[in-house]
Amino acid sequence: MNLILKVWRQKGAGSPGRFVSYQATNVSPDMSFLEMLDVVNEGLIARGEAPIAFEHDCREGICGSCGFVINGVPHGPRRGTTVCQLHLRTFEDGDVLTLEPWRARAFPVLKDLVVDRAALDRIIQAGGFISAPTGSAPDANALLIPKDDAERAFDAAACIGCGACVAACPNASAMLFTAAKVSHLGLLPQGQPERWDRARDMVRAMDRELFGSCTNMRECEAACPKEISIAFIARLNRDLVKASFQPRRAAAAAGV
Amino acid sequence: MSAVAALWSTSIGKKAVMAVTGIALVGFVILHMAGNLKIYLGPEHFDAYARGLRALGEPILVHGQALWSMRLILLAAVVLHVVAAVQLTQASWAARPVAYTEKEAVAADYAARTMRWGGVIVLLFIVYHLLHFTVGVVGYAPGQFQEASVYRNVVNGFRVWYVSAFYVVAQAALGLHLYHGVWSMFQTLGMNARGNGFYRGLAVVAAVLVVVGNVSIPLAVLGGLVN
Amino acid sequence: MSTETAVRPREGALDARIPSGPIERMWERHRFEMKLVNPANRRKYTILVVGTGLAGGAGAASLGELGYDVKCFSYHDSPRRAHSIAAQGGINAAKNYRNDGDSVHRLFYDTVKGGDFRAREANVYRLAELSVNIIDQCVAQGVPFAREYGGLLDTRSFGGAQVSRTFYARGQTGQQLLLGAYHALERQIAAGTVRMFPRTEMLDLVVVDGRARGIVTRNLLTGAIEAHAGDAVVLATGGYANVFYLSTNAKASNATAIWRAHKRGALFANPCYTQIHPTCIPVSGEHQSKLTLMSESLRNDGRVWVPRRAGDTRPPGQIPEAERDYYLERKYPTFGNLAPRDIASRAAKEVCDQGRGVGPGGRGVYLDFADEIRRQGEDKIRERYGNLFDMYERITGENAYRVPMRIYPAAHYVMGGLWVDYDLMSTIPGLFVGGEANFSDHGANRLGASALMQGLADGYFILPNTLGDYLARVTPGGDDTRAAAFDAARRQVQDGIKRLLSINGSRSVDSFHRDLGRVMWELCGMARNDAGLRKALVEIPALREDFWKNVRVLESGEELNQSLEKAGRVADFLELGELLALDALQRTESCGAHFREESQTDDGEARRDDERFAYAAAWEHTGNLSQPRLHREPLVFEHVHLATRSYK
Repeated sequence: MNLILKVWRQKGAGSPGRFVSYQATNVSPDMSFLEMLDVVNEGLIARGEAPIAFEHDCREGICGSCGFVINGVPHGPRRGTTVCQLHLRTFEDGDVLTLEPWRARAFPVLKDLVVDRAALDRIIQAGGFISAPTGSAPDANALLIPKDDAERAFDAAACIGCGACVAACPNASAMLFTAAKVSHLGLLPQGQPERWDRARDMVRAMDRELFGSCTNMRECEAACPKEISIAFIARLNRDLVKASFQPRRAAAAAGV
Repeated sequence: MSAVAALWSTSIGKKAVMAVTGIALVGFVILHMAGNLKIYLGPEHFDAYARGLRALGEPILVHGQALWSMRLILLAAVVLHVVAAVQLTQASWAARPVAYTEKEAVAADYAARTMRWGGVIVLLFIVYHLLHFTVGVVGYAPGQFQEASVYRNVVNGFRVWYVSAFYVVAQAALGLHLYHGVWSMFQTLGMNARGNGFYRGLAVVAAVLVVVGNVSIPLAVLGGLVN
Repeated sequence: MSTETAVRPREGALDARIPSGPIERMWERHRFEMKLVNPANRRKYTILVVGTGLAGGAGAASLGELGYDVKCFSYHDSPRRAHSIAAQGGINAAKNYRNDGDSVHRLFYDTVKGGDFRAREANVYRLAELSVNIIDQCVAQGVPFAREYGGLLDTRSFGGAQVSRTFYARGQTGQQLLLGAYHALERQIAAGTVRMFPRTEMLDLVVVDGRARGIVTRNLLTGAIEAHAGDAVVLATGGYANVFYLSTNAKASNATAIWRAHKRGALFANPCYTQIHPTCIPVSGEHQSKLTLMSESLRNDGRVWVPRRAGDTRPPGQIPEAERDYYLERKYPTFGNLAPRDIASRAAKEVCDQGRGVGPGGRGVYLDFADEIRRQGEDKIRERYGNLFDMYERITGENAYRVPMRIYPAAHYVMGGLWVDYDLMSTIPGLFVGGEANFSDHGANRLGASALMQGLADGYFILPNTLGDYLARVTPGGDDTRAAAFDAARRQVQDGIKRLLSINGSRSVDSFHRDLGRVMWELCGMARNDAGLRKALVEIPALREDFWKNVRVLESGEELNQSLEKAGRVADFLELGELLALDALQRTESCGAHFREESQTDDGEARRDDERFAYAAAWEHTGNLSQPRLHREPLVFEHVHLATRSYK
């Protein structure tokens, strides 16, 4: 099959960008989308043109490296699928596809389709953890956790940190990401002692990173390759409101 | 920092303020609509209702005190709601300085996508509505507006077809705003214990009630049912 | 052929510095005998940790907690992307929560036996011992392991183990464990004890006065070549399975850090021990860029078969029961479809070599769930493997509830790596190696659910202790990078990059990598023989020569340049591939994942040669890639008696 790609090309963080059209000719429907880009890049290299930079690593939908917008939809049209697991059989011969990087002030474009998502790490640094120094743990079965709680915590913990929620959100909000992490830890008994500080500190960090605010559009949930529910956003909202009425712990939030 | 100030300083906190003021405003809109329907009982009932509102709370309160208190509360709610909305919107617009060339809405419905401009329309409508039915400085021939004859004012006001048309359009905007807003309220306050369908249902009921109730009046006037 | 000289060992065996005393008390005693660094002095010591997977992430976080000054490096944009994240199945621990006869000693025994008696007993015992602490640690961090309705942890049996000791978190155990380590690491970054350098690739090791004293890195965004000094260096940079080009490893997984350390003097042990995983989705065409693993747990309920007749192209549904060959059940009646990875992989290759493979290209076998769907119902199967079936569908477009899955072995994991002693220190003092990057614990074959265990044992519990012992014996050196060795290493890295950019040949980096992969897979893959290996030893250097003449790397070194990154890694694979083949050539026995066709029993099973090969082969770089020097660490088995593995 043949495809026409309109790809955002941008040499570096400060440079202007523009769309450039490329042909992907004689590609197989069994190829993954990234394999198709590999083929296009091989062609570009052969012609002496710079290959398209895009981030990827595991190519099995778990590392969260990959991601760009295909025809206005992060990770492309297939639900619950990262772009590395999206296969060309999803498209029709002759389709014209626009490839654009995640767009958000908090995710500056570094090159072509590669953006900087360090803001997400900084949100985690603000409190996305349980303080459990190595070696201090009690026996694993000393703590009973109802199966349903563990399962719900897992649903939230499935987040791969790809940033598609931010990319999809009309407000470029990172609420789904933050909510997933706050909920993962807040749903478990181990996470209770730091629960309120965690919610407060992570939301503050999120705001500091200049993400937009949630208007409940549900685009994040639809774009999330792990199909994380916005019910976790409701949970974060609740936790944050409650947290505002809780006294702060005396110790520093992120200390040893 | 007090809890409320702490809340207001975060994006989620501002949303919570919007949700709480939203509850007040939705409550008002529903009661207002219910009161409006008294117009179908005829001029005596309707004008008595209007007078009753001013006399609310007597003799403990002085005449008009309850009404003005409510007006002030509503005004405060509107101001907080709008200020929070403006600040959050500014932050959100700034959060994506470079727009997508192509962006498809996968999940967001029309109501969700038009929330902000719908809100602006509703706000402009409120201003017009107050100038129209409360103050009487727009939409009437000179001298036509009589503060005590509320029923007359409504009938005369809606007889102008384009004024009625504007009301119908504004109510549609209000309906969409309520449909997304009421559901959002629960989401924003984290009240999701009963499953998404329940809150969607509530939002539909609130929006339909308000729109149908309110729109029926200009249509009834134009149709000659109320005169 | 130069291999005659290459295999001649230097006098004197390698000393693994195994503590004395009974194996059960060894680690405890060793910890007591270690020197400690005064807590107030710890921040004066700088530790450079390269890699943020289970071993590196857990290690950096734990060292930071102890108060050392830690600098942590990753070529990813975030520590959370390390390839540990992709491990599916689970993590072993000798908790004996099931009361099914498990114990530290049994896990130790199983691991030594599973490694086909080519691992160091002392290290394996310690691993089994620490396994229980790992689960405790991870639960405390909030890892959402699978649970029973009563709230206790659930376990399953995995990869041929007869006890239920594998803890798991759906099919994403690696992800959840890595997130636990990542959270701990981010906590230390926030606390200021760890400084993180993302998008920073280590390109050389700096050795000063015989000690590892620093690294040279390239900032992948700006291209800046920087030197970092430390009092010790930890490499936790994963394995080199991408030497096969097609593997289940992430695309960027590479050997550069350990290979360049090897060229600076660290011995490289057992490079030929490469594990081929039996249950991967087959290659679909020339464009294939990587292979996807389907969790081994599928073999609990799926039956593996091929048509009896070669060249049978009927769709699976039309092949009657009598014309199917359930070859694993036939050959290994006791273990059947759960035969260990190496055995299941070779059996698949064998039937495909006979022309009985299925699917496009004929390199595939069926993994059929029809019987179990009939017996337990589709819902039960969906509940257990739903996400795997979905993944299979996304990749192949086929519904495995209706038609059997097609699977084929793929390179997956490497047991080989830098040689380390009991303290996980390489032959360069101050250079420590953890996780898949070292060779320590799995012998010639790794059991399922043991990689996560090893990575975390190294990171959380071993390195933080043994590094302290090393550091207590040296004076803190500060962050001075003015030593001549730093300059030399920096210049060498810069020259290497300049050279890659200046060739401007006609072929892409990927095309060379693909060619190397083909040679490695065909000649040094699942089955190896003398002639094939000698052929590989001609082809690999030739390909390497061609690479340095004909590779085309566009753009500059002062920007994000993914081709340049790849070029450096492929250049190293082109060297490592040769060592792998040399190692496979010298080891004329079959053991674990290393199968020499010359060394098999009459019915085609691997035949070990303990008389001649009960050693770890540690190679020294001599400056001549084709003539490395072999050192042997004899392996002594005092607790697990040498026996032939039998899974019949």
